[in-house]
Amino acid sequence: MDRFLDISQLSVAFPKAPVPVLREIDLQIARGEYVAVIGHSGCGKSTLLNVIAGLLPATAGGVVLEGREIEGPGPDRAVVFQNHSLLPWLTCYENVKLAVDQTLSKTMSRAERHDWVLENLALVRMTHAKDKRPSEISGGMKQRIGIARALSMKPKVLLLDEPFGALDALTRAHLQDQVMEIHASRGTTVVMITHDVDEAVLLSDRIVMLTNGPNARIGEILEVDLPRPRDRLALAADPRFVAARTAVLEFLHARHANPALAAA
Amino acid sequence: MTMLARKPAATAPATLSAPASFAALPRVSRLRPILAQVIPPLLVVVALAALWQFAASGPNATLPPPTKVWADARELITDPFFDNGGLDKGLFWHLLASLQRVALGFALAAVAGIFLGLLVGTSDFAMRGLDPIFQVLRTVPPLAWLPLALAAFREAQPSAIFVIFITSIWPIIINTAVGVRNVPQDYRNVAAVIRLRGPAFFWKIVLPAAAPYIFTGLKIGIGLSWLAIIAAEMLIGGVGIGFFIWDAWNSSNLSDIIVALTYVGLVGFALDRIVALAGRVATRGTSAS
Repeated sequence: MDRFLDISQLSVAFPKAPVPVLREIDLQIARGEYVAVIGHSGCGKSTLLNVIAGLLPATAGGVVLEGREIEGPGPDRAVVFQNHSLLPWLTCYENVKLAVDQTLSKTMSRAERHDWVLENLALVRMTHAKDKRPSEISGGMKQRIGIARALSMKPKVLLLDEPFGALDALTRAHLQDQVMEIHASRGTTVVMITHDVDEAVLLSDRIVMLTNGPNARIGEILEVDLPRPRDRLALAADPRFVAARTAVLEFLHARHANPALAAA
Repeated sequence: MTMLARKPAATAPATLSAPASFAALPRVSRLRPILAQVIPPLLVVVALAALWQFAASGPNATLPPPTKVWADARELITDPFFDNGGLDKGLFWHLLASLQRVALGFALAAVAGIFLGLLVGTSDFAMRGLDPIFQVLRTVPPLAWLPLALAAFREAQPSAIFVIFITSIWPIIINTAVGVRNVPQDYRNVAAVIRLRGPAFFWKIVLPAAAPYIFTGLKIGIGLSWLAIIAAEMLIGGVGIGFFIWDAWNSSNLSDIIVALTYVGLVGFALDRIVALAGRVATRGTSAS
């Protein structure tokens, strides 16, 4: 298997905590692959993403991207944060421009960077709002700007941290379709954290299911063998889609039921 | 362009049509919200004036009623610009002198306060070393500094400016430091991912994120300056609204004092609003959301 992004024997423990959050995670991700990580709240999904992003240090083991070990955050692993994290004092254009100027100034001229910002805004269909500030646009639009900002860094891996979690169902579906299109057109490798089973099955090539934390491990990895491009309407009745969905639900609710809910 | 037209088609007309229909409303409907803002305070002022007139009209009243204030201080109210030399000037000149002192003292406090606040906010060493000293010094009442300032500067003018400076600097330092320490982790994460560090991180993330806090400090600071200058001027004398009030008291011109107090209040209010407006412009309406 192509070891584009290689997570090996990764354990993460927080200071003063007796048990590590994540234990001995092993995961290899191929170039261009779309991988979803799913699990109950508190299982350490976001911790895993933050370690890949370099925002959190690994306690043991490590992450290697294209043969180089990750030490700290960088634009080759762009993150789309759950709460968009746009800078409120900058316009949408300026938010993307800041990332582009900061990461691509060595390889692109000023004019090229300007065009590249506009191209990424167009990719998420936000050209019309480029001069608005984040407070003036909706949650879904903010998340699209967040995606444009992440993509504009030309990342090797795009990290999505529950990117659609705070959105309403219709907006979420719309953005999922857009992310699928972008994944198809740019061929970016994607690691997405989610707690939405349908989202995971619809978008991913593989679904990594984590057991309950602390001390969470990879419980199971499901290959989603569905042809692309995928259409949510056609898939709803597709037996392969239903089977994958059932498998994930079965893992989450039968074999690894939420401990918080079980106790209640 | 097709992409441009697709999405906003649904939203843009809605936002555009709102002001358009607003302008089309008859004039009375447009005036109504303005009147709703203006009438209540106007009524309260008239009612308070009537109450004051009633309370101060008795034979044993110690303070003049509004009618007497108008009769006594009419020249002072209607012509704030006269200048008969010496201290016999219109209120405009007294206020101007006070405002000049505040402007200088406050400007120095803003520069030094923001600088120290940024230092205390970014460096743990500076925080541990300086914060206890700031916490003690900020409780010293403004006028307590005046004798020391007079002894050091041996002149009234720099002493008054120093009192303004030392009064208004504490809230600026403290709020700036809090703003720097409270830069959200989200913004720090974004900066880390795009590898924004050092001075660039400071200018592009820390300063804008702390700006609303800095302006809160400046707003408190300007209010304190105006409080302190009146008191300081009473002691140092010369042209200035504080000494004007003290002088009027010494010559038993109670009406002049009441007029001066009104002006002091209005100017203080204006200063507060000006700094608040500057803050809104500088943080571009995005303040701590």
